[in-house]
Parts: sequence; structure tokens; C-alpha cells
Amino acid sequence: MSAEVVRDRSPLGWPVWVGVAALGAVSLAVVALKRGETINALWLVTAAVAVHLIAFRFYATFVADRVLGVDPARVTPAHRHNDGLDYVPTDKWVLFGHHFAAIAGAGPLVGPVLAAQMGYLPGTLWLLAGVVFAGAVQDFVVLFASTRRDGRSLGDMIKTELGPIPGVVASFGILMIMIILLAVLALIVVKALAGSPWGTFTVFATIPIAILMGIWGRFVRPGRIGEMSAIGIVLLVASIVFGRDVAHSPMLAPLFTYKGEALALILIGYGFVASVLPVWLLLAPRDYLSTFLKIGTIVGLALGIVWVRPELQMPAITRFVDGTGPVFSGNLFPFLFITIACGAISGFHSLISSGTTPKMVENEGQLRLIGYGAMLMESFVGVMAMVAASVLDPGVYFAMNTAPAILGTTVQSAAAAIANWGFVVSPDMLADMARQVGETTILSRAGGAPTLAVGMAQILSSAIGGQAMMAFWYHFAILFEALFILTTVDAGTRVARFMIQDLVGTAFPAFKQTKSWGANLVATAVAVAAWGWFLYQGVVDPLGGINTLWPLFGIANQMLAAIALAFCTVVLFKMKRQRHAWVTIVPLVWLVVCTLTAGWQKLFDERPAVGFLAQADRFARAAAEGKLLAPAKSAEQMAQVVLNNRIDAGLTALFMVVVIAMLGFGLRAIVKAAAADGITTKEVGDGVPDLRSHAA
Amino acid sequence: MACRICGLTLPDGGEIGRFVGRTARLMVGVPDYDTYVAHRRDRHPEEPVMDRAAFFRDAQDRRYGGGTKGVFRCC
Repeated sequence: MSAEVVRDRSPLGWPVWVGVAALGAVSLAVVALKRGETINALWLVTAAVAVHLIAFRFYATFVADRVLGVDPARVTPAHRHNDGLDYVPTDKWVLFGHHFAAIAGAGPLVGPVLAAQMGYLPGTLWLLAGVVFAGAVQDFVVLFASTRRDGRSLGDMIKTELGPIPGVVASFGILMIMIILLAVLALIVVKALAGSPWGTFTVFATIPIAILMGIWGRFVRPGRIGEMSAIGIVLLVASIVFGRDVAHSPMLAPLFTYKGEALALILIGYGFVASVLPVWLLLAPRDYLSTFLKIGTIVGLALGIVWVRPELQMPAITRFVDGTGPVFSGNLFPFLFITIACGAISGFHSLISSGTTPKMVENEGQLRLIGYGAMLMESFVGVMAMVAASVLDPGVYFAMNTAPAILGTTVQSAAAAIANWGFVVSPDMLADMARQVGETTILSRAGGAPTLAVGMAQILSSAIGGQAMMAFWYHFAILFEALFILTTVDAGTRVARFMIQDLVGTAFPAFKQTKSWGANLVATAVAVAAWGWFLYQGVVDPLGGINTLWPLFGIANQMLAAIALAFCTVVLFKMKRQRHAWVTIVPLVWLVVCTLTAGWQKLFDERPAVGFLAQADRFARAAAEGKLLAPAKSAEQMAQVVLNNRIDAGLTALFMVVVIAMLGFGLRAIVKAAAADGITTKEVGDGVPDLRSHAA
Repeated sequence: MACRICGLTLPDGGEIGRFVGRTARLMVGVPDYDTYVAHRRDRHPEEPVMDRAAFFRDAQDRRYGGGTKGVFRCC
């Protein structure tokens, strides 16, 4: 039935597709095989576009028609519940934009930048293979499942298809993952702003700017989003320009110069205040700014790469595939995959795909474009981030991403340390780069954001403005990342607060009163304290924080994806479509193997840089002998490092237990579904009335 | 307006502008007001219709207002 309706999908004939395939094959060959000299970034971009197009045309169509059996004749929730507000049949391209804006965040920009330490090749290959066979499939299938269930959330669907206990386990897992995510994102901002008055000033300036926009959109010209956003963007650009004067002013600069610890405390306080303010005052307007700036920057970066056609300075593969790299610790398998995470497959998208998007789908035939297609775009953003990191001189890249304990604090010591790894960089070059981007130093600015910012500044300033504009573009990129991270911190704290109220409310119903200020403040404080604690420990971490927290975040994110894919597999079995269930089983098995291996190594690896328990032991032993290990400066701090690492270990173990439990629940449901005579899936809707009798 | 070379009908500037506007507004969670008004007239002719400002406030409240499904993105 569905095969007939979808035949008109490809307006292009076979000769065009043969051409795309040939172009893709040649580009991939250049990317993969050329050694010893630099290659142009366009090869990488061309290879990515060709792979995405072919996957969309062929594999996604296969998943839609054969695996899922999408049915364009079936009435979608947008039509059935049309209320002109939440449920609205929406043009597929408008909805594509909505969905892409909802899934695109800081993740796909940061992960590939960190992964570049192993060279551009391994990361790029995973960004492409991962999205085609794992990430886009997950987004698509979850969107499909939710569209067939009135747009219900992943947690809800797990509850009805797998049972109430799996539902609670999954919800608890999601809360834990959010806490880690908020901490690591906040840490990225701290790392980018520490000791940078220019950056700190512009980020602080976004608060009054957003409040002005909020008042404008609420009282002066209600609902004029275009106007308020234009005002906001003009003021933001002005704040970037004025930031240079602030940084050079002996009076103003100290007001905006903070160490990491102080910034962490400021951010924690800010998170608390921001998340209890009315949404129209700060959260909503800043969300508008960050959304439009994000889309604009992504488009700008794509145009910039095509216009400038930069050479990739990073080797295809570096020596750090052996796991000794300074940016993140651990071997290529599994840690490259854990590090890249979002650009290839992100568990968070399963929450978005079962959020507002399924309520607006006009026709099931469009699910492929929105679910699969938007994720391909996300992977493309990841490839661009990889390009931005790889156009930097490798020496500069490693200087920016290595902890001070290894580099020392001067450009001389840093250049010497990097030369030991076989990358040539002169102290002058490092000092020059810092001067060009308007900072006092670029050493040890881990976290991905500053590296991406320098890479973007190099590309964009080659296109517009030349070297004179480099500092502007650098601070523009920092601001753009900080802006949407702060929006996430604010919104995420609210969501975590409601989750906590929900969870605690099951025991103490009074706590569920979201109108009660007491319960709200307590739950908000708990949420902020939870991520704030991990943030602060990241700031004082001996390995630089990102090195510790990013893998924890990656493991958590990929485990959520495993939970979503397990759910998708159960649904396929319940639909009696298990002949094609390998489409979700293959990525599921990969994710489980990858995350459990990573989790195991984070727990028990003997290298202190990799294993949390080994690191805890190292500090405990030193403390017992009365010694101090950097960066701890006192016995209390030594004890703190030991405790932090043990808590990280406990959290890792918890994530592993959650995913193993969910696998068990999934398996049980699959066995039951396979044994049942008919279709047992619990879809809703009027398209398939005969299914309902089986479901009962 | 039809293209002189290939004969295809291309969208005019106004159409493109409206499309971009609608996409941009939905990106930040504000649905199309005209669609909403048309829907209310069609299906609930005797019930009141929110004005633009109230519609905007309502959209904001529903997007950020509460529950465990607020806007939350990472990657």
C-alpha cells in the first residue's frame, strides 16, 4: 500500500545518482588515502554531502517503505487533534526548520573538535557512518512511533509498550543524564571565559539585552519577534565591538576578569535566579537570539568554508589513536565514538522527536525528510566543526586543548611540550595567535568552544575583514556558543526541577504543587546544586575537567540512544515487522558494546587518566604518604579529588545498570511480542482499526 | 511568476518572505497566527479568538511554562 504512494519521491534519474555516487567515492578516497600533504576542506565537505544524499535517497526510503511501512494515507495527530496551537498540520519545510532548530545544539560542534586530536579521518568517518546507520535511524523511527501515538513522549511510550517499571527507570536515567549535560555545558562556558574580560563582558551583556527584548516583546510591541530579535542582534554586535575597549581599559577589565572557580560560582547563582524568573523576561528572548544566531552561524560557516576553501592542517590520523592524547583519554575504540556522540547519534533527539514535532506532521510520507533528513543536517554541522578544528595548525590545536599540568603556563614551555609530540610550533606563533584573537593567552583553553572559535575566526576572517576582523569573529563565535549554552542551562534547570518535583511528588504529593513557591525553590535548588557540584569539580579537576566530564556526558548520551533504539526494536517486533528489525538492532548492539566498554574502562582501567578508580587510588596513596599532587594545594583538596573520582565512578556504574536493565526489559517485551499471534503494538488512531482488537 | 527560461512557476518575494517568517517563528515555538484564526473561525465560530498579543503570550507560556517537556536541547 505504501510502496505505491512513495514512488514519486525521487525527481532525479539514475544517471544523476550514479554521478553523486562517483563524486562521493572520489572525495572519500581523497579524504581517506591522501597522505603526507594537506588536503582541501572541500573534499571533506563534498564527501559528506554525497554520502548524505545517497543515504537519504536510498537507505531512508528503504527504512520508510520496507521497515516501517509509513502510510501517507493515514491521518496524523495534527489533523485528528487540530487545535490551531499545538496540533497543526504544518508545511514540511517549515517543520523541517523547526525540528532542526530543536535538535541542533552545542554537542555536534564540540564533540568533533575534541575528536580531532586523533586526526580528521577517524572522526569524519564515524560522523558519516554513524548518522546514516544509527543517528538518523533513531530520530526517524522514534518520530514515526510518536506520530502513531498522538505525539506522546518517549517516556510515555516506553511506559505503554514496555511497562511502568521500565518507564520509571528510563525517566530516572534521563534526569541523571540531564544533570551531567548541564554541568559539562556550563564547564565549556567557564573554560571559554576564564581570564577573558572581552568574552566575559559580551556574555554578561546578553542578560540586559535579553531583558530589554523581553520587555519590548511583552509590553511595547507584543509578539513582534522579528523586531525584538533585530534589536537584540544589533546590541549583541555592539557589545562584541565594545568588548575590545573593555578588555583594554585598566579600569573596566578587572571587573570582567575571573578565574574558573569564580565563574563557576557566578554561573551556579545565575542558573538559580534565571530559572525562577518569568520566562518572557529572560529565557524566551534569549532563546530567540540564540536560535537565530545559531542558524545564521551554521549557514555562515558553510558559506565560509565553500568560499575560502581552506587546507586542513591537521594530519588525517595522529599518533594519539593509541589513547595517549591530551584532549581526551582512552583508545580510539570506544572513546572516539563516545566523544563525538551528538553529530553521529544523540540520545537527546529521541526526546525531541517525541516532543512537539510529531504533533505537527501533515502526512506520514514526510517523516523521512523531517526525522532522517534533519539529522543528516546535524551530522553536516559536525563535519563543519571538524573542518574548523582541522584548519588550525596542529600545534595551536594542542596548545589550546592540553591541561596546564602538561604544558606549563608559558608559550615557551607549551611549545617545548608540543614539540615532544612531533608537532612544530614556535612560542611566537602561540603568542601571535593569542594577540590576533584579542586574548592574553590561548593556552589550555579546553572545552572545544575556543578551538572552534579560533578555527571559525580563521575561516570567516579570510572571507570577510581579514586579520583585522579576526578578534571580532573569535568573540562572536564564543558569544554564540555561550549564548545557547546559557539558554540550555536555564531551560534545563527548569525541566530538571519539574522532573524532581514529579519524582519526589510520588512519595510526598505536596511537593508536586508547581504553583507552590516553597516546593519550586527547593526543587530548583536541588537541580542547581546537582549540576553545580559536577561543574565545580570539573573546574578544579586535575585533568582539566572536560577530559573527565565529556566522556561521562558522552556515555550518558549514547546510553539514552541505546534506550531509544531498544524501544524502537520492541516496536518493530510488536508490529510484526521483525524481518527488518536489524535496522535498529545493529546500531543498538554497537551502542551497547561501545558504551559498556567505555563505562568499564572508565571504572577499572589502570591508567589514572582513563579509570576513575585508578585516579582516586593515585590521589589516595599520595595523600596517605603526605604528598600533594597537582592541582591540589592542600590535604583537603587531595581528599576532594579522591571523593570526586569515586562519585564519577558510581555515576558511571549507575548509567551501566540503567542501560542493562532497559535491555533486559526490551528483551522480555521482544520475546513476548514474537510469541504473540498478531500485532501487539499500542498505536492510536483511525488508520488501522483492526490493530486495536489485537492490542486489547 | 513564471520563469522565462524553464517555464516553471517560481514563488515571488512575498511568498518567500512569508515562508521564512513562518519558519523562523516556529523555530522559536510560535505557531502561525493566521492558521490559528482560520481554524477557530472554521471549527469554533461562536467561541472567542485570542488577539495577536494574547496568542504570543500563550505560545510562550506553553513552550517554556512548565512540565518536564520544556525546551531543552543539547545536541
